[in-house]
Amino acid sequence: MSTTNGTIVPPAKVDFSSDQEIRWCPGCGDYSILKQVQTLLEQSGKKKEDVVFISGIGCSSRFPYYLDTYGLHGIHGRAPAIVSGLRSVRPELSVWMITGDGDALSIGGNHFIHLLRRNVDVNVLLFNNEIYGLTKGQYSPTSPEGSVTRSTPMGSTDHPFNPLALVKGADGTFIARSMDRDPKHMREVLARADAHRGTSLVEIYQNCNVFNDGAFEVFTEKASKPLHTIFVEHGKPLTFANGTRGIKLNGMTPVIVDTYAGGTSLDDLWIHDERDPYKASILVRLFDDPRLEGAMPRPFGVFYVNDRPTHEAKLTAQVALAKEKKGAGDLDALLKGEHTWTIG
Amino acid sequence: MPTTLKKKPTETRENVVILFAGDSGDGIQLTGSQFTDTNALFGNDVSTFPNFPAEIRAPQGTLAGVSGYQLHFGSVEIFTPGDQADVLVVMNAAALKANLGKLKQGGTIIANTDGFDKKNLRLAGYIDEADPLVDGSLEGFLLHSVDVTKLTRTALEGTTLGMKEKDRCKNMFVLGFINWMYSRENALTEGFLQRKFSKKPEVLDANLKALVAGYNYGETSETFTTRFEVKAAPMPKGTYRSITGNQGTALGLIAGAQKAKLDLFYGSYPITPASDILHELSRHKNFGVVTFQAEDEIAAISSAIGASYGGAIGITASSGPGIALKTEAMGLAFMLEIPLVIVNVQRGGPSTGLPTRTEQADLWQAVHGRNGEAPIPVIAASTPIDCFDMAFEAVQIALEHMTPVILLTDGYIANGSEPWRFPASKDLPEIKPPYIKEPNDDGKFLPYLRDERGVRPWALPGQPGFQHRIGGIEKQDKTGNISYEPLNHEKMVRLRAEKVARIADRYKPIRLDSGPEQGELLILGWGSTYGAIRTAALQLQQEGQSVAHVHIRHMFPFNKGLGPLLKKYKQVLVPEMNSGQLRQMVRAEFLVDAQGLNKIQGMPFTSEEIRAGALNLLKP
Repeated sequence: MSTTNGTIVPPAKVDFSSDQEIRWCPGCGDYSILKQVQTLLEQSGKKKEDVVFISGIGCSSRFPYYLDTYGLHGIHGRAPAIVSGLRSVRPELSVWMITGDGDALSIGGNHFIHLLRRNVDVNVLLFNNEIYGLTKGQYSPTSPEGSVTRSTPMGSTDHPFNPLALVKGADGTFIARSMDRDPKHMREVLARADAHRGTSLVEIYQNCNVFNDGAFEVFTEKASKPLHTIFVEHGKPLTFANGTRGIKLNGMTPVIVDTYAGGTSLDDLWIHDERDPYKASILVRLFDDPRLEGAMPRPFGVFYVNDRPTHEAKLTAQVALAKEKKGAGDLDALLKGEHTWTIG
Repeated sequence: MPTTLKKKPTETRENVVILFAGDSGDGIQLTGSQFTDTNALFGNDVSTFPNFPAEIRAPQGTLAGVSGYQLHFGSVEIFTPGDQADVLVVMNAAALKANLGKLKQGGTIIANTDGFDKKNLRLAGYIDEADPLVDGSLEGFLLHSVDVTKLTRTALEGTTLGMKEKDRCKNMFVLGFINWMYSRENALTEGFLQRKFSKKPEVLDANLKALVAGYNYGETSETFTTRFEVKAAPMPKGTYRSITGNQGTALGLIAGAQKAKLDLFYGSYPITPASDILHELSRHKNFGVVTFQAEDEIAAISSAIGASYGGAIGITASSGPGIALKTEAMGLAFMLEIPLVIVNVQRGGPSTGLPTRTEQADLWQAVHGRNGEAPIPVIAASTPIDCFDMAFEAVQIALEHMTPVILLTDGYIANGSEPWRFPASKDLPEIKPPYIKEPNDDGKFLPYLRDERGVRPWALPGQPGFQHRIGGIEKQDKTGNISYEPLNHEKMVRLRAEKVARIADRYKPIRLDSGPEQGELLILGWGSTYGAIRTAALQLQQEGQSVAHVHIRHMFPFNKGLGPLLKKYKQVLVPEMNSGQLRQMVRAEFLVDAQGLNKIQGMPFTSEEIRAGALNLLKP
């Protein structure tokens, strides 16, 4: 920053990176996410001072230190609550919340669902690496059942969360999934999330190359990606495997069909409608273990959008209404109360 | 409404303690608070003690379901709700059984005979359903048996209300009668009823009729030959209102926010006995008050931290168990060095403990209860009115010193009320947070560069050029960047502690509440024991004892004058509703041989208990 006689002169090219040394492990998927967020912010035309990053605890939660914006590195699991308070009093800011699978879904699970149901206007980036990284390799609430980790040498006995089904269950108003290895897709999804008013939840598959390397390989590697992923776009049929296969809805049941010569017509496929809450509920349920025979491909993209009013808009409206009805607060009248008596 | 018929003789009393008791559904709290307001409006000094069960509707007629409201009013200064009652009004047998021990020998009992049928006697645990109203066991008291239920029903004959609704007017009959007995008008309650039932004319009519019938019963009944009068107290001139401690806290918080020209964010999770602060604040949104009923205690404080980070004054309140949950977040606020107010309306502990009873057992929790070295200033209110002053000061310290502040009140003063000669807003000081306007380090901004008081500057999101990152990880001196450097950590621990210690620089010099500047015994009190200690100390001084009373509000850091003061007396007595928490703190800090007077019954001290404790130390 520079000042000339008190006038702030913005730098010629806005650079959102801070002067702090980045301390993630070399090769961590977090670098890719940081890069895309920086790029998006630089292209968005936002002023640095109007952007706030709030995080909890975990590898991902160091994120705010690496951006030249306002930032608060909170305590484990509580970022949604901190965000809720901040947005209640500063609805004009651009607020981003950085969290991980342990932070959001385990220790902060309660705050996470309440943030969603209230629809606080914040872009939530949920870095899912299906492992506890910062505590060095215990299973997380998204680790598949049977995961062998440092705390589960005989395999995890816990059934994992399906994060986006949980988000849908909590009436989230923007539900999306992307991955660290597909920067272009991530940038597009992040831009959509940023444009949405309300809690924009983006689950990002992020590789922890130290404790859980290759957890999402089947979705990210060139060879297996076409068969195991499906990228949804609003108004377009659900196809994958380079357009040779598609998903059709038999009533409420999705089924995989062939779409090439002699196969099902594209018009008969499931057409993605991101405003349809029922289809979104089915879409988030496409969560098969990719190792199983006949597994459904894992969907990526924006699954669901709903324009329900934000929590802070309703709070602010109440304060405005109270001021309109009663007039701005008169402290003397408040101290006096409704009934007084005089002595002397 | 005309309420007088013929005159009966009137006797004057200096002060009266009256205890209303009945089932928790009998409207006892309303009866008590209406009679309180009537007396306060008349010009008496008053002090009250509502005492109700934890269960909302405990089984009718049982001891567990008894709700009580004790009122002390007088033509003299009143400091406590009274040690023992002069008059006990009971709506049923359980209410008598639960409260007879609080009645003076020779005191008056007014009993609703309908509440003493066989079922009620059995539920109250009277052996063989023996009726105390007729078996002579109440001989030492002045007993008036009145069939309130029947008289109320008779008064309401001809109204369209059902029997159940008619019976719900019983408390107004009782109130009308008590108004007569103490030469008070029904007018205030009539006005209250008219507002409350403006949309239910039949209910309004019935309640007004019951109120008048009760008053007239006093005039006409031959049992009651005398009425009493308590003249107005010589209160300082001015305009008064009635206020409870929780209201006082809420208003103090709003006043603080207004004087700092800030919005107020209140994050809270409902809990007894703190919820009334949330209820009160939620009514004042036009003061820029945002109330947020969070999903849990942790979210309540964390959201308040978020709001403070955004530039409002963030506030949260709870009681012991909820405060325990907030502990980690308090550490964060301390580490961030942002303003925050945490109110603990203490109740009986540990764990769920005694939710509707009072205690002072969270002092150590407030002063010590965090991981790492995280000293947070702790202040305590001593009366309902003092809740206002202390809440204001909590906001002031939080904002001017960039720190979380803990305010301790308790269930006793939170629900109790007294007349308040409220201040004018212009007499309250302006609050000035250390906002930063210009870069503080050669064109750059250092978020943890401290001023001469050790306080860091406050830059708010949206302020161009002051972008910075803060967090709970140890930070480098001045820059606030993450640092694990050993010497830096030690330095930061010391700097943060020093900043909090320097808050004592702003306190006014310590002042005795009463008694000689030096002598035999100093009674050191804190919090809601104020009234009982003051009453006892004044009495002991009248009796010629060399006893002084000091009541401290700053629990951490202590007033610098406290240590020297303690040394001016041969003995120090610390009465507390805990096992001796302040006592241990002053022993550790000042090496004085302070003695404890400790009551851990969920009930406040009586002044007689304090007096006896002091006399015990003064024995030759």
